[in-house]
Amino acid sequence: MDSNVARFWRQIPQRYNLIGNQCGSCNKIFFPPRESCPYCRRKSMEKMHPYQLKGKGEVITYTIIHVGPKDFEEQVPYPIAIIRMDEGPQITGQIVDCDYHKVEIGMRVETTFRRIQEDGYTGAIYYGYKFKPCSVD
Amino acid sequence: MEDIGIVSYGSYIPRFRIKTEDIASVWGKDGSAIEKGLGIKEKSVPSIDQDTATISVEAARAAIRRCNINPQDIGAIYIGSESHPYAVKPTGTIVGEAIGATPNLMVADYEFACKAGTAGVQSCTAMVKAGFIKFGLAIGADTSQAAPGDALEFSASAGGAAFIIGKEKVIANINHTCSFTTDTPDFWRRAERKYPSHGGRFTGAPAYFKHVTSCAQQLMEKAGTKPKEYTFAIFHQPNGKFPVQVAKMLGFSYDQIKQGLIVPYIGNTYSGASLVGLASVLDVAKPGDRIFLTSYGSGAGSDGFDITVTKEILNLKREKAPSVMFMVNDKEYIDYGKYAKYTDLLYWE
Repeated sequence: MDSNVARFWRQIPQRYNLIGNQCGSCNKIFFPPRESCPYCRRKSMEKMHPYQLKGKGEVITYTIIHVGPKDFEEQVPYPIAIIRMDEGPQITGQIVDCDYHKVEIGMRVETTFRRIQEDGYTGAIYYGYKFKPCSVD
Repeated sequence: MEDIGIVSYGSYIPRFRIKTEDIASVWGKDGSAIEKGLGIKEKSVPSIDQDTATISVEAARAAIRRCNINPQDIGAIYIGSESHPYAVKPTGTIVGEAIGATPNLMVADYEFACKAGTAGVQSCTAMVKAGFIKFGLAIGADTSQAAPGDALEFSASAGGAAFIIGKEKVIANINHTCSFTTDTPDFWRRAERKYPSHGGRFTGAPAYFKHVTSCAQQLMEKAGTKPKEYTFAIFHQPNGKFPVQVAKMLGFSYDQIKQGLIVPYIGNTYSGASLVGLASVLDVAKPGDRIFLTSYGSGAGSDGFDITVTKEILNLKREKAPSVMFMVNDKEYIDYGKYAKYTDLLYWE
């Protein structure tokens, strides 16, 4: 079995449903989930609760990838953006379903479910979130 | 009669389109003649990161957004497709996890050419009626395959629709359903083959027309109805001509079928075809509207549904997800080179 399979399987809640967590002490939300709150430290221990982000946010900054890594070579050129989710966390993600010339700072985006990688033609397929312009906000 | 039927629905159509004339020009064929002959102007194309699982998830999430049910109340997921991403590993598990319906539910992937999605609707209806589950989720979706240069290349497209079936807050009651099935080898794909084969003109009279008309007549007999009693009719749409022709043969007018006739704009979404048509009808349906649907799957069989829209549709938040016509019009054209890349025609290992 490819070692990617177990790692991917552990991350399914995050990759499929943006499940991060919230500090029970200061209420800050984190994605990906953290073991403890970096602000409350010891006070947050055993108080980190799962928290699902709604999947909508705003582009903070972006770049266009012209030379992509393996698995993304066929998708160039494509935008990668840092998105501030409505709940606060900032996430890096690919923007799809959009002409890359039209991506701009402040643009509203939402998650869409896509294939992210696969272990060749015979291996497992890894799914997860990408972002697209908001269709219904 | 107890209401059992559609509680919510959602659909998904990929954004990319390729025009019939652009495919024809690659193979030295007359694009306008093919467009006229098939009744298909352009077809949807999945992007490189889309497949039946991603389309199913998007359609299912749209259905849940509209009705706000707790996904944990979904007791079964059946996904009909002939392009499941894995030969062995269910698409339904991916969808179940992505909509938050796991782990206490039944899941199975269906395959019956283009009618596996409606078979899923029948299974969910039966499970709800039997009291085994509270809600069932039936999906028909495909990223259909066509060999380069084959006639199917002009129609095989991508898309899907999802339907939540239940007894509570039913927006469209399923009054009657029936099926008509025979062993008819009109279209098939052998195990481990990438592209399907078909019987050319044999796919018409003894296959599509025989099964659709037989199922439709059986359904009207069962329901005690006549074509004029329906506001909308939807037939499986492998091209733009067959559904128009079969509607005429059965006594339905073009006005009754036009809202659910999506194939001229996006091609044949196979397991999604008749169900995307139903989603388009539900986008505009009003209480009291009666809907007639007959699917068709090669091999061969048809499922028929007699449906009545209820007042509850006014409470469904249809605006929470894009309509079928919004997605039909939200498009980006690609050329044959990109089409070849996105549909893996340039396969090598």
